[in-house]
Amino acid sequence: MDALIPLFIVIPLISAFLIMILGKLVKGFHRYFAPLTLLVLLAMTIIVFANLGGSSLQYTVGGWGLEKGIPVGIFMVLDAFSVLMLCIINLLGFIALFYSFSYIAKYTAESNYYSLFCLIIAGMNGVVLSGDLFNLCVFLEVSVIASYALVAFGVGKTELEASYKYQILGSLGFMLILLAVGLIYWKTKTLNIADIRQVFEAGYSKPYYIFVQVLLIAGFGLKAAIIPFHAWLPDAHSSAPSPISAMLSGVLIKAVGIYVIIRLFFNMFVFSYEIALVLTSLGAISMVVGSLLAIVQWDLKRLLAYSSISQIGYVLMAFGMGILLLLRGNNEAAAVLAIGGGIYHMINHAVFKGLLFLNAGSIEHRLDTRNLKEMGGLSTAMPITSTTSFMGSMSISGIPPFNGFFSKLIIIVAAINGKFYLLATLAVVVSIITLAYFLKFQRFAFFNKSAGEALSKIREVPFPMSFSMIVLATLCLALSLLAIPSVSELILRPAIDVLMQSDLYSTTIIGI
Amino acid sequence: MTVYLLCFVLFLVGLYGLITRRNLIKIIISKSITEFSVFLILVLIGYIDQGLAPIVDPGTSHQVYVDPLPQAMVLTAIVIGLATTAMLMAIAIRLYRKYKTFDIREIKNLRG
Repeated sequence: MDALIPLFIVIPLISAFLIMILGKLVKGFHRYFAPLTLLVLLAMTIIVFANLGGSSLQYTVGGWGLEKGIPVGIFMVLDAFSVLMLCIINLLGFIALFYSFSYIAKYTAESNYYSLFCLIIAGMNGVVLSGDLFNLCVFLEVSVIASYALVAFGVGKTELEASYKYQILGSLGFMLILLAVGLIYWKTKTLNIADIRQVFEAGYSKPYYIFVQVLLIAGFGLKAAIIPFHAWLPDAHSSAPSPISAMLSGVLIKAVGIYVIIRLFFNMFVFSYEIALVLTSLGAISMVVGSLLAIVQWDLKRLLAYSSISQIGYVLMAFGMGILLLLRGNNEAAAVLAIGGGIYHMINHAVFKGLLFLNAGSIEHRLDTRNLKEMGGLSTAMPITSTTSFMGSMSISGIPPFNGFFSKLIIIVAAINGKFYLLATLAVVVSIITLAYFLKFQRFAFFNKSAGEALSKIREVPFPMSFSMIVLATLCLALSLLAIPSVSELILRPAIDVLMQSDLYSTTIIGI
Repeated sequence: MTVYLLCFVLFLVGLYGLITRRNLIKIIISKSITEFSVFLILVLIGYIDQGLAPIVDPGTSHQVYVDPLPQAMVLTAIVIGLATTAMLMAIAIRLYRKYKTFDIREIKNLRG
């Protein structure tokens, strides 16, 4: 089983290069090879997920393991939390790639698209699996540089401008992260996350690490687009081709932003009250401001991009509350609820935001516009798109049978249990605002009959596109099963335990 | 101490350029300056006074070596910086072809 871990990175990397070289020579090579790669990765993820349970796997690169209790090589760690992220990445990657079959045919240089797509997957798998701080930074840049190129893939005016903005802010974020990694190395003389934890437990100079933590929040906040650092996100996510928007919004900002923040602040740093307060309030601010900015948008994909900021705010706020409750120490049940709700909402957001961006892509594919005012009456012309997007919209705004309702409910219940009444109220209010702007999207895109007469020639999208949307819509319903206690005990509980018992991560790797 | 302060000054110079310049190419240059100041700090972290390159030779009695790990990190980071700069330059050239200008005040399709 341990030998499977490097394959998660090696397989997409190799296929990226093969597609780049052979895609030009063999006709149609990329169309078969790229989905095959993702299918293999998905199968591997499911095998690992089924066999993992609550334990963790690790792999030492080149066999350079522990030397007198000190890790000398690069470690790769697969535990219950990272396997959930692997599931999201590879599942959504496969669905978005399947969707691209018809969507990407209108662009030239198709093989480059598939090659970059494999690179993005390789980078994200690497970030999630890496147990080494600098190695994590390198994989982060691999996925992010591939996404710079994919945002600019249309080479129109807006795409290039969005990509330029994204790159400047992204490389500024990388500098801050690199500085923080350097400062950590200066004090601890090690880069292994588990080993750094051991050093921190022996002695901890708080003011120094508060500075490092602020640098890391700014750096990864720029990648995750939490609110003061969000300026690039609406441009980049709305200009990219739609399957890529689904990947960026659904997976990338979680894998390289939220996941790393959570991993480092739970399993590496010692909890501190001030930083937990900063995380919670940043989450709450992005939740509120993101939704307020979304409601005034008329560009469909910009609306969805702003709503991503708002939903990521929910996730960050839940984890921040979890740290605050753990520090308080008298209410562990509420902490479990908050952290579990955060993980659950993260999975749900990947599914329904992926679905909504694919819907937006279908509308754009047929109508060549993203402006809500130019749409209307599409519910009869495009029944599959209409139904699936209705399910996605209801799911994201928290209407009962869908998954979004349960994860938001868990977060709100955790907030009330932990006596964060203001945050609970804000979460409810933002949920109502979310419902408002998704009803606006539904009304103007699908039901507004008055503009619909000119659109009578519109047909439903081809099979690969409609199939991917149906799969994701079914997942929106199916994931609400995770709210049943016995199911969540099986799937979410191991991941919660990894974060709750924050020492466990380092002790299992160093082996003390 | 002076060296660290000079690195910090270099960082501020780059940041100032990043904020105030209006030319696409000059922004990229400012980004590179900021990046190099971070690289310099990383190299300084591994530097030990009077240290030699860490090649252990049994014949000599010298015992102080500099830390090689930050140097490896900086080499990797320089390569990453090269990749982002090349990407940015390519995008800037494409932008110039579309807009016929390098001035960011004229390139503002995306707002709101």
